[in-house]
Amino acid sequence: MSTRDIVFVALFAALTAALGLFPPVTLPVVGVPITAQSMGVMLAGALAGSMRGGAALALFVVLVCAGLPLMAGGRGGLGIVMGPGGGFVLMWPVAAFVIGYLYERSLRTLTVWKEVLILVASGVVLTYAVGIPWIAAVARIDLAKAAIGSAWFLPGDAVKVVLVVLIARAVRRAYPTLQAR
Amino acid sequence: MTPYVPGASPVHRCPPGHKILGLVAAGTVLFALPRLGLALAALGLAGLLYGVAGIPARLVLAQLRPLAWILAILVLVQLALDGWLAGLMVAARLAALVLLAGLVTLTTRSADLIEALQRGLAWLRFLGVNPAKVGLAIALTLRFIPVLAAITAEVREAQRARGLERSLVALTVPVVVRMLKMSDDIAAAIDARSYDPDGTGH
Repeated sequence: MSTRDIVFVALFAALTAALGLFPPVTLPVVGVPITAQSMGVMLAGALAGSMRGGAALALFVVLVCAGLPLMAGGRGGLGIVMGPGGGFVLMWPVAAFVIGYLYERSLRTLTVWKEVLILVASGVVLTYAVGIPWIAAVARIDLAKAAIGSAWFLPGDAVKVVLVVLIARAVRRAYPTLQAR
Repeated sequence: MTPYVPGASPVHRCPPGHKILGLVAAGTVLFALPRLGLALAALGLAGLLYGVAGIPARLVLAQLRPLAWILAILVLVQLALDGWLAGLMVAARLAALVLLAGLVTLTTRSADLIEALQRGLAWLRFLGVNPAKVGLAIALTLRFIPVLAAITAEVREAQRARGLERSLVALTVPVVVRMLKMSDDIAAAIDARSYDPDGTGH
């Protein structure tokens, strides 16, 4: 990684932390908070690309595990990863990498709908595929209950996907940072 | 972020690596063994360590204030599902972990914390990742958080003048573009000072 890549990694890790300054709303039953931080994941993938975006979120997760209070509501520590939301948090670096990879692959042919599809497939579906079984295991509830409980995230996710598409398109026009694969 | 409170107490003098390991161990034990007695003991220990470190009570409360709502909701949910003892356990555990994490940042200079993290991540070298670069990324991240907050405040003021303060897109796009530009300048400045973590000499 070049110095510029390192600075970008730090920038998107910090952006994800800064998005945690918006107060979280905790879901009943599953006990996982809705935060603006998953927007940081999508923005890191869409603007920094696969390697830098994935590294940014990996760095963020390491800092959280080391106990820094960077998660929404000033939370931090290994307890986050071992709590009900741990599956989602551990998937963040993977999701950022996959989003970045798909963006780089289709950079020349991106349409609004393609961007929505990429973000929903990797930012939402892929994350839930690990997050929901994780909730079920940690909170000792059955899979169906965990899935229904997590459905409360979906309206928030829809808003976040729309915002990220609008922001990413505008930023790409003003300051292109991705390289097509 | 939590400010550093200078001091010479045993908590201040304990090596930062040990403090981080202690924090990780506390988190693991408290989540692996969800017992009320253990959670209360951890809370008591946290209180004791704050006393030893001589942290003013005002700062202790400041650590817990952002948690008040989450704690209240968690306690209510646990009360409804498992009874008040479980609620008390969850609240005590969360409060203890947040207080202990806060204590590490309150009694450790961030330069020392980064150095300890960098040493702890030395094994990354075998995966082809240079720990010195990770250290730089950590330092930059911690520095960028307040910078981002400051830029956001500035942009919000500018957009308010245009009547755009309610638009999240009109707020975020200029913040991100400014940060990206700034990142390029910072990278150029670091390179101009011959930053060479790989020791290749070019």
